[in-house]
Amino acid sequence: MGSDRVDPTAQKNMASQGMSWITKVRNSLGSLGKRDTPDNLWVKCPGCQEMVFTQAWQDNLSVCPRCAYHGRIGAQARFSQVLDPGFAILTAPSVPENPLNFRDSKKYSDRLKAARAANPYPDALTAAEGAIDGQPVVLAVQDFAFMGGSMGMAVGEAFVRAVERAIERRCGFVMFTAAGGARMQEGILSLMQMPKTTVALRRLSRAGLPYLVVLTDPTTGGVTASYAMLGDVHIAEPGALIGFAGQRVIRDTIREKLPEGFQRAEYLREHGMVDLVVDRHELKATLARLLDYLTRKDVA
Amino acid sequence: MISFLDFEKPIAELEARIAELRTTAESGQLDLAAEIDKLEKKSAALLKGTYGKLSPWQKTQVARHPQRPHFLDYVRLMFTDFIPLAGDRRFGEDEAILGGPARLNGRKVMLIGHEKGNDTASRLKHNFGMGKPEGYRKAIRLMEMAGKFGLPVVTLVDTAGAFPGVEAEERGQSEAIARATEACLSLPVPMVAAIVGEGGSGGAVAIASAERVLMLEHAVYSVISPEGASSILWRTPEKAADAAEAMKVTAQDLLALRVIDRIVPEPLGGAHRDAGAAAAALSSAIGEELDGLTGLSADELTERREERFLRIGRL
Ligand SMILES: [Zn+2]
Repeated sequence: MGSDRVDPTAQKNMASQGMSWITKVRNSLGSLGKRDTPDNLWVKCPGCQEMVFTQAWQDNLSVCPRCAYHGRIGAQARFSQVLDPGFAILTAPSVPENPLNFRDSKKYSDRLKAARAANPYPDALTAAEGAIDGQPVVLAVQDFAFMGGSMGMAVGEAFVRAVERAIERRCGFVMFTAAGGARMQEGILSLMQMPKTTVALRRLSRAGLPYLVVLTDPTTGGVTASYAMLGDVHIAEPGALIGFAGQRVIRDTIREKLPEGFQRAEYLREHGMVDLVVDRHELKATLARLLDYLTRKDVA
Repeated sequence: MISFLDFEKPIAELEARIAELRTTAESGQLDLAAEIDKLEKKSAALLKGTYGKLSPWQKTQVARHPQRPHFLDYVRLMFTDFIPLAGDRRFGEDEAILGGPARLNGRKVMLIGHEKGNDTASRLKHNFGMGKPEGYRKAIRLMEMAGKFGLPVVTLVDTAGAFPGVEAEERGQSEAIARATEACLSLPVPMVAAIVGEGGSGGAVAIASAERVLMLEHAVYSVISPEGASSILWRTPEKAADAAEAMKVTAQDLLALRVIDRIVPEPLGGAHRDAGAAAAALSSAIGEELDGLTGLSADELTERREERFLRIGRL
């Protein structure tokens, strides 16, 4: 992580966590010597460009042990990092596939096939029900690795189903966002997921249930301009890129240099759009504390 | 004087020839009436033929035509007693999104829409119809006022998209759009949205999440501009026409997809050739839609709106 991406508070948080994770990393470094998988033995940190042992990287929740760069992670890793053991993955809904029969340089149906082959879940949003430190919750994760996390009908419908499940269980809903924006290959139908997901959130709100958003790197476009910004509380991971318009588009429009740290988690907090920038190691505990505060005993 | 689009070149040439003949005829030496009449018929037929089969990319150009009627033209042509209200009470006033109470054939409504401007000065004043957070927050304020005082909401949507700029991001463009969309969905009064030119992405949805959505015949509505889709998906700016085709951006396509509810016909050759006729058609269509929503309770209205969007993407 370039030092420009390190949030000073995050660094402080890391320091104040004491030695536990450092010890853990050292231990895993020690045990790594015996492994014989040279191909993926090392991870090159996109932040500081240093080589880090894969095992150390993963043991540290895919956060760089050297510079605290928060790497992108998928739904499986999120579920196991945040949910108590024993959670259940919700069935992915079936939606119309390639309704516009879209093709650019490739057919959309082929792009979908390739994404499914490379990813564990059938589309970019996967939800699970379980608990966080004993508090019941439905949690959904958008995975940037699946077509840039883009929001199409499958994402919108899975989001709505997850919210409906939270209403049924009378529990909070936690959403981890990550997306380049809408799924252009579904044209206007992807744009319509903005009001559609908002409808679900209005129902959750009417039920008096909390909606916590965790904005992860990157969250941009129509996703930011809908469910990512409608939370009761907005949490962001350190250094995450969060914005409506893309930086290149903005640069082309204003024709000047963008400000330091523009559209990063810390910048959004400074401008009043994000409540908390939370290190991944403290995320589970933070969510649990917030859920506790925001769960009405008279509603449950 | 109409400015012609590239694909209208044959029509432009005929019109120029007609103008020439008229000048000659006026000088009185020749009787050219028959010839002029013949060419005018030919020109009208050509216009009809051309506009009867516009491609999605041609429609995009018509929707963006500099002389296409904009919000303030419709205010002048189809509303009376409009009181433009300013400001979001938080940061400032944004002239890209205008609104206030107005009367549509005598009926009181809350009118909100994007204004693009029609010359250099007014385009700058209205920021080319690209709203900033304060514009969307003003729209929220006006929608809440409409709900409080029982005024149906009518929106005229015409934007290339919300403004992509540093201050817009700083002040929460995303949050403003998300909350405006939510405000539409929460309205206890009827809401009718009409896409009159360009419906550009989130900046359009923010004031178009209504239970009845209309589109002018040659308007376009899309998740990203054809140029933007071309450069991202085809990795070249040259495939905009293909992108417009592939994304299904026309009123006719969107009606088939049930994303919009009604197409409002435009005068022959597009709204810019006869703004009065375009406004008259729009006025009666919106009036009919509002009639259809009269008498519904707040719960019935929000439920219709919710079901309308929930069904998109369900098998
Ligand atoms: Zn690093």
